[in-house]
Amino acid sequence: MANLTLIQAVNDGLKTAMRADESVVMFGEDVGPKGGVFLATEGLTAEFGKGRCFDTPLSEDGIIGTAIGMAMNGLRPVAEIQFQDFIFPAFDQIVSEAAKLRYRSGGQYTAPMVIRTPYGGGIRGGLYHSQSGEAYFAHTAGLKVVIPSTPHDAKGLLLASIQDPDPVLFMEPKALYRSVKGEVPEGEYTVDLSTLRTVREGRDVTVYCYGAMVPVVEKAAAQAKEQRGIDCLIIDLRTLLPLDEEGVIEAAKQTGRVVVVHEAPRFCGYGAEISAMIAERCIEYMEAPVKRVTGFDTPFPNTLEHHYLPDERRVLDAIEAVYDF
Amino acid sequence: MTDMLTVISSTGATKKGYDAGLSDEELLHCYRTMLLVRSFDEICLKLQRSGRIGFSIPNLGIEATQVGAASALRKTDWIFPSYRDFGMALYHGIPALEMMHNMFGNAEDAAKGRQMPVHFSFVDPIHFYSISSPIGTHLPHAVGAAYASQLRQEDTVHLVSFGDGGTSSCGFHSGMNFAAVWKAPVVFLCQNNGYAISCPSDEQTASDGYAIKAEAYGMPHQTVDGNDLLAVRQAVLDASERARKGEGPTLIEAVTFRMGGHSTSDDPTKYVPKEIVDKWKKKDPVERFRKFLEKRKLWTQKLEDQMRKETLAEVDAAAKAAQKVAKPGLETIFSDVYAEVPAHIRQQGEFLFDLSKRRGEADAGDGEFPL
Ligand SMILES: Cc1ncc(C[n+]2csc(CCOP(=O)(O)OP(=O)(O)O)c2C)c(N)n1
Repeated sequence: MANLTLIQAVNDGLKTAMRADESVVMFGEDVGPKGGVFLATEGLTAEFGKGRCFDTPLSEDGIIGTAIGMAMNGLRPVAEIQFQDFIFPAFDQIVSEAAKLRYRSGGQYTAPMVIRTPYGGGIRGGLYHSQSGEAYFAHTAGLKVVIPSTPHDAKGLLLASIQDPDPVLFMEPKALYRSVKGEVPEGEYTVDLSTLRTVREGRDVTVYCYGAMVPVVEKAAAQAKEQRGIDCLIIDLRTLLPLDEEGVIEAAKQTGRVVVVHEAPRFCGYGAEISAMIAERCIEYMEAPVKRVTGFDTPFPNTLEHHYLPDERRVLDAIEAVYDF
Repeated sequence: MTDMLTVISSTGATKKGYDAGLSDEELLHCYRTMLLVRSFDEICLKLQRSGRIGFSIPNLGIEATQVGAASALRKTDWIFPSYRDFGMALYHGIPALEMMHNMFGNAEDAAKGRQMPVHFSFVDPIHFYSISSPIGTHLPHAVGAAYASQLRQEDTVHLVSFGDGGTSSCGFHSGMNFAAVWKAPVVFLCQNNGYAISCPSDEQTASDGYAIKAEAYGMPHQTVDGNDLLAVRQAVLDASERARKGEGPTLIEAVTFRMGGHSTSDDPTKYVPKEIVDKWKKKDPVERFRKFLEKRKLWTQKLEDQMRKETLAEVDAAAKAAQKVAKPGLETIFSDVYAEVPAHIRQQGEFLFDLSKRRGEADAGDGEFPL
């Protein structure tokens, strides 16, 4: 066991995967000698050589397109998109190509690959270094979407993603890169995709969240307990697609009161899916309407980002509102 | 690499009879602008290191490319800049204060504090197009804007500036291709400053320089010494003249070097060999132009000292003033998403406004939610 930050856990996960399997390659912009703009790939080129961890020309479309080619021909590429905000030139390659290759070839060709990318706000990044675009991708059949929130899960989910036979978009909450630390087992282990993590048991209100919102929700839940004696059940979704739907419904039924939290905009956001699922499958268990706490339906601002991002007080308000309903 | 255009030799000499087409005053304005850029860099670095701004982009080493290119444009022309084009804005009289408002993202910022620092946007006294972070997206915009000018038979030139890294983007290909097919009045200025963050030019492209890429699009090109202000000016003037005459676009590659990090968050010593830095140190663009001025008897140490003092004072005063300006009001989160605020966004605005009032956090200037 080592006590690592989330970014160190990602780095450890990459090294572990590359040591275990020679077909794993890591590439993207500035991931070589510089070690990535957040240092996720630090030391990789030194250890594995330029053939297995390397810089590419500045083209996300090229990065993902070539990753697909590598994946279909025996490599296990891990491609980094420097910021999730810059993934859109590759949208076509991800959505039309990687996600549909297995289906359109009747399973003859596949793209087992991982796209790692930091997402989310909280670093004074303004419009284009802060976005949470998971909903665009969670709408794409054939793709898996994974978002860890702890160092343990970051490594375990990354290793599971690299071993997965399908393309995985692995979104890393950059606000947590250095702000959370935790025990991380040495060597190989995996955390199964499409499983939920119960962050905190509780019988009064169920709060669903993922990524950088998890610690925010934990703080809100602690305050809810302290101030009002409200016991929250916190569920870290950690794989958004394919989702453990049964687990989600089970957790909703346990309390009958639900809050969904994400920093992405609300309209057609991931919270809408959770809300609809609950409405369809277990509305008879509900004691209160579902509440969403989300970013606003605007682009991401810079100076006022602390107003845009859901904070623990906004989450606490929602917990109280569904509890008091 | 194709032939490199130079005008000023390393000793500051120019060919006999050479005429830059600039008055003494304009030549000094070029020099002063480069010093202003240096002052801007210096002060922004301090502001960033002391936590007063989040980020800045150093311009050290590439001042001549920016100022030389800007000097070839008219006020009616349009600039589609990259984030590293401070000098183009300053040359055309965009006040340091306006730029500092952006660095602080305050209420006076043209972009209302929505963008990161160095993402400027101006329409006056010249169109200095709103900067987007995603690399290369602005090249086709310049081509479309140029098409509009062409259709209205204006003699406006649209200069679009980007880095060596930018040539790998989808926008580079579409922009170059469309402009050449349409014979649009565009000047493509590729600032080859050696690196795209940490990626050296020889890993960005396998072609012999960047200018030559134009040939594949059927477009003329010119390689130019980017540390030679007057050479860059000449190349942009020539390209603009062709564009104004309806002869279409040109790709200019200015060969220069980014002497600092990519940004204030970057440590270039991790990936730039020291020998390369030392080599380029000897080619300092400001010094080169100073020698030229000296030969023309336009430069004195006294003038230099005075200009340095003035430019530093100007930027320092701008920083101090910008720092005092309040943050943007809460409504700026919700305005300008559309021409009219739709109901769901209005509701979210009202929610936030009530919340902030309840918490006693509405910023000064937030009266009733105005949207
Ligand atoms: C589409 C896209 N991908 C990645 C980035 C991150 N990024 C910002 S600047 C930069 C390098 C740009 O290099 P270059 O175009 O040569 O311009 P320079 O910074 O050298 O002036 C990168 C990769 C981005 N802004 N946009």
